[in-house]
Amino acid sequence: MQPLDQAILVNAILTATTEVFEVMLDLKIAAEPAYLNPPSSEPTDGVVALVGLAGQWVGTGIVQCDSGLARVLFSHLLGVDETPGGEGVDGEVLDAVAEIANMIVGNVKNTIEEHLGPLGMSIPTVVFGRNFTTRGGGSEPWTIVPFICRESRMLVKVCLTHCPEAAESRRGAAVLRGFTI
Amino acid sequence: MIDLLIVDDSAAIRKILQRVLRQADVPLGEVYEAADGLEALKVVETQKVGLILADINMPNMDGLQFLRKLKEDSRWKALPVIMVTTEGGQAKVMAAAELGAGGYIRKPFTADQIRHTLAAFL
Repeated sequence: MQPLDQAILVNAILTATTEVFEVMLDLKIAAEPAYLNPPSSEPTDGVVALVGLAGQWVGTGIVQCDSGLARVLFSHLLGVDETPGGEGVDGEVLDAVAEIANMIVGNVKNTIEEHLGPLGMSIPTVVFGRNFTTRGGGSEPWTIVPFICRESRMLVKVCLTHCPEAAESRRGAAVLRGFTI
Repeated sequence: MIDLLIVDDSAAIRKILQRVLRQADVPLGEVYEAADGLEALKVVETQKVGLILADINMPNMDGLQFLRKLKEDSRWKALPVIMVTTEGGQAKVMAAAELGAGGYIRKPFTADQIRHTLAAFL
């Protein structure tokens, strides 16, 4: 199977992110040039939402932003007033960022499935903290598209590795359970 | 008046759908919520639900498993279920249709999309 063209993945991220921000959040967002990064990131603060992808290709999609932007995203998604200032990120804010990541990564998945075959998607995991580092398990670089919203930076990152044997083992397990994938 | 059930593991999406439904000019009664298919089955067992909006990717029991359970049971076979999901791949859309989903709304959605799809059932 051919590796995924980088331009297709970047375009999928741009389209999905812009659509989610326009349709669900009514927020303006501007993309900056995409780049590739090694699997481990610099220490960072804020909110990170991760969604796993699995099929012939396996990997992760990430939406990462600071706590201030996370609260803005929550307010716009739920249609509630923004609370000025403060550093607090509660469960409702994390749930909102998780759902935004789910929609962005899910729509990226829908696009790249046309090139990579069917992909399953995990439910999101979301983390809030200070001075933490994320690292992918493989050696593949991350495709990263930065966005600017309300003068804050949000990163959408996707990393995929070709892994046909993983799909085979899942298919075997599904057959044992009586499902078809 | 029709009672409705929203099934989604995201509390944010459940709130958004509640708001859209309450603002829409539709004859709604109670709006129940469930965070996965298992919770939803309990609601269906105990309440007189007339229409269901269900996500697909959920823990414990996903939306397609929930839909299969409903359609296998003669009590709920005719109960309309609209999938509201990020999953837009042809395979998932076809699977939902074959299991008997009455509609399919892809996230992100607009309030108008929700209202127009529901109008066919209300």
